[in-house]
Amino acid sequence: MTDHDLLSDAALEVPAARRPRRGAPGTLIAGCILLGLVITVALVSYVHLPYPPQQIGGGRLQPPSRAHWLGTDTLGRDLFSQLMVGARIALAAGGGSVLLGGIIGVVLGLAAAFAQRWLDDAIAAVLDILIAFPTLLLAMLIVAARGATLGSAIVAIGLAMSAIVARLTRILAKRVLSTQYVTAAATSGTGWLGVILRHVLPNIWPTLIVNLALQFGLAVLAEASLSYLGLGAPPPNASWGRLLQQAQGTVYSAPVGAIAPGVALVVLVLGANLLADGLRDVLDPTRRSR
Amino acid sequence: MTAYVFRRLGLLLVSLLVAAVVIFVLLRMLPGDPANALVAVGATKEQIAAARHAVGSDQPLPAQFVTWIGQLARLDLGTSFVSGLPVGPQLVQRLVVTVPLTLLGFVLAVLIAAPVGFVAARFSRSAVGIVFSAASQLGVAVPVFWVGILLVWGFALHWHLLPAGGFPQEDWSAPGQALRSLTLPVITIAIVMSSSVARYVRAGCIEILGSDFIRTFRALGSSFGSAMLRHGMKSVAVPVISVLGIELATTFLGAVVIENVFALPGLGSLLVTGIAQHDYPTIQGVLLLTTLIVLIVGFLADLTQRLIDPRLRGAHR
Repeated sequence: MTDHDLLSDAALEVPAARRPRRGAPGTLIAGCILLGLVITVALVSYVHLPYPPQQIGGGRLQPPSRAHWLGTDTLGRDLFSQLMVGARIALAAGGGSVLLGGIIGVVLGLAAAFAQRWLDDAIAAVLDILIAFPTLLLAMLIVAARGATLGSAIVAIGLAMSAIVARLTRILAKRVLSTQYVTAAATSGTGWLGVILRHVLPNIWPTLIVNLALQFGLAVLAEASLSYLGLGAPPPNASWGRLLQQAQGTVYSAPVGAIAPGVALVVLVLGANLLADGLRDVLDPTRRSR
Repeated sequence: MTAYVFRRLGLLLVSLLVAAVVIFVLLRMLPGDPANALVAVGATKEQIAAARHAVGSDQPLPAQFVTWIGQLARLDLGTSFVSGLPVGPQLVQRLVVTVPLTLLGFVLAVLIAAPVGFVAARFSRSAVGIVFSAASQLGVAVPVFWVGILLVWGFALHWHLLPAGGFPQEDWSAPGQALRSLTLPVITIAIVMSSSVARYVRAGCIEILGSDFIRTFRALGSSFGSAMLRHGMKSVAVPVISVLGIELATTFLGAVVIENVFALPGLGSLLVTGIAQHDYPTIQGVLLLTTLIVLIVGFLADLTQRLIDPRLRGAHR
């Protein structure tokens, strides 16, 4: 029994002839390059910035020039420097939410899978309802309750994500638990922790990792949406979503300001999605890239 | 089937009740007393006490909850703390914008996604398939509000073809003008949504193409198109419909952001101002209505799947 059996039954029905040949998946490489680019920019921003991001000078809404690579914003701040700082926020939002949502989700999902039948049913029902509950609206409420900060946004997105991760973990774990080798292990005296560490986690992590990589991209987009609505990291934090909101009013006279942060978002989210696709191909050869 | 419908409706009601509790509890975590919305800065203690009494925030929380649920049972959503107007009619007025926006965007997205996904599956091994994959990856990664901003730049500000925002016709007395205002937001929704739906259509078609019954039809001489249209469509539709249910709900929620891009007076903008003003009845009303719509969409998606696929009807989930 290997990982393959844990994936969707549909994947198993794919005729052998249609499977792709294994090789270095281009999606994985492309995803790593795009993600690496954003991470590099974020790291460089700690060491060197062309201008302090809040420094006002150089004229308002300047077009791109050698002094200001992407021009300046409505207050005369260097856009490229703000974009570099924004990379930190985007990565923190994505990484923080995935960490929080991943930990809560996996623990909750495993707990449900191991729990008594009634408790499992109860958790499953609540998860279904939570998933039906509007994620963005839930996030807006939590942000409003805790104040609009990056931390609130991460908590909000992470909590909403944890329900999705928990449901996936529960389903995957239950499939492993229903196998005969787990019954055999339990009968021969392996404790529940041993079963989790030796049998459940090794079998479910490939699927979880792929899902978390997808969730990373969604979390980045969610943070950008919150910031765009004025519910993310407050000014003067240069979140890409907030940069877009600022630039919207001047898109006609200074289009670069409204284009650059969007491109940055696409690069990061695309990178995460391609990474997820690539990982899926590597970790699970039966599933074709879609 | 009837038993299933009733069971499913029961679940819907329970979900709605749970959602009501979640909304109530979360809202009470909001900082600040809702009465603050009523009084001016520097109000006396008596004025504040009167305001607290007026909005009911001097009552203990369980009592407030019971009052609210009691009102809900009578389909009364209360009155706005800020404007003093009943919330229900206000929601209906906002739906006049949000519902057409969502549905038109959804229909356009499906009209784009179905043929595109189908063609991408047919030619999945050629250049067409690669172009499709690249385009759909891009479409999934793009922030929806950014697409909106770019469309406004091009079609409204540069070419002056369509209005950049606003919605002057809240009563739809001039449908043409109202539709013009909705054109760009609808296209924005359709662009982003169609790319993810098309991916599912393509995946579903590829799955069916490999199945024995399609191979048999092809061997019997029917063309690719007629084999898919006459025999494969239903099989593809079942998984796609469950995705569509989720997508429609997501789009409805995404309308919050879209409405902000285009300054449309819909549910989303009502919610954002409600949160800013601590207007509890309005926030509760918007959230509850949104949840109800999301739940109903899920219900309809499940029901449609069962109508199409007899195999699901016997199964009890």
